Amino acid sequence: MQSAVIVFPGSNCDRDLKVALTKATGKTPHMVWHKDTALPAGVDFVGIPGGFSFGDYLRCGAIAARAPIMQSVINFANGGGIVMGICNGFQVLVETGLLPGALMRNAGLKYICKDVALKVETSQSLFTNGYNQGEKITIPIAHHDGNYLADDALLARLKGEDRIAFTYEDNPNGSVADIAGILSENRRVMGMMPHPERLNDPALGGRDGAKLFEGLMSSLADA
Amino acid sequence: MQAKVHVTLKTGVLDPQGEAVRHALGGLGFENVASVRQGKVIELELTETDRAKAQSDLTDMCEKLLANTVIENYQIDISD
Repeated sequence: MQSAVIVFPGSNCDRDLKVALTKATGKTPHMVWHKDTALPAGVDFVGIPGGFSFGDYLRCGAIAARAPIMQSVINFANGGGIVMGICNGFQVLVETGLLPGALMRNAGLKYICKDVALKVETSQSLFTNGYNQGEKITIPIAHHDGNYLADDALLARLKGEDRIAFTYEDNPNGSVADIAGILSENRRVMGMMPHPERLNDPALGGRDGAKLFEGLMSSLADA
Repeated sequence: MQAKVHVTLKTGVLDPQGEAVRHALGGLGFENVASVRQGKVIELELTETDRAKAQSDLTDMCEKLLANTVIENYQIDISD
């Protein structure tokens, strides 16, 4: 699997994502600068990393979502490409419209950086098939604007279509229905606020996040 | 010409920052504040001289970038 990681000014988890993807796939991802206008040929997976792209100016992810490279990422996703956004990357994907809803300021108004318990709501996706449905995992969060908002109609759709990937066991930010990560309609785009790439090695405290990348890799190898 | 774009949260969207401001106002003794909603004002200096064109450009700007229409409303005020 050949992956690419998009790098914006202010991205700060791009190299962690690179390490996680290199480890899972055995191939170094392309690191793609936001001013590029096309993804490298042969890319199977695009990762949008965490960080504070463009200083979180205007709204988190808003400026990055309109960066030159993003039109290629949108076209890639619309053509069935696999895209994952983590933290700021989730905010960027929501701002592009590839994922529905919005990410608001945390209900408690504070930036939160800690390990949180998550429940794997569905294993029926490329991103979550390395886990068992209902499995409890621990993944760190580090965000100020992770309060996922969806109106009743959208929430009913997400639930009905089994598109909630992860939920918080102890909701830290006020997200509706404890949502920590969601899938697109075709299940090939996922956004999540927690950082699986930060829990990718026993030396970092565990491997709960590594299973996401390994699951992704094995499902792509089977495809 | 100059324009001001007011971006506000839609009705029904929770505004924890506005609520924190309301709480702080209560702490200062302003207990008659029932609710606070926080938004933003974006001031633009335009080189456009055609008012109608400016209006349609600004609407485009709001839809494409200045507001997140999933959660926000916008209002455009143009002055010469």
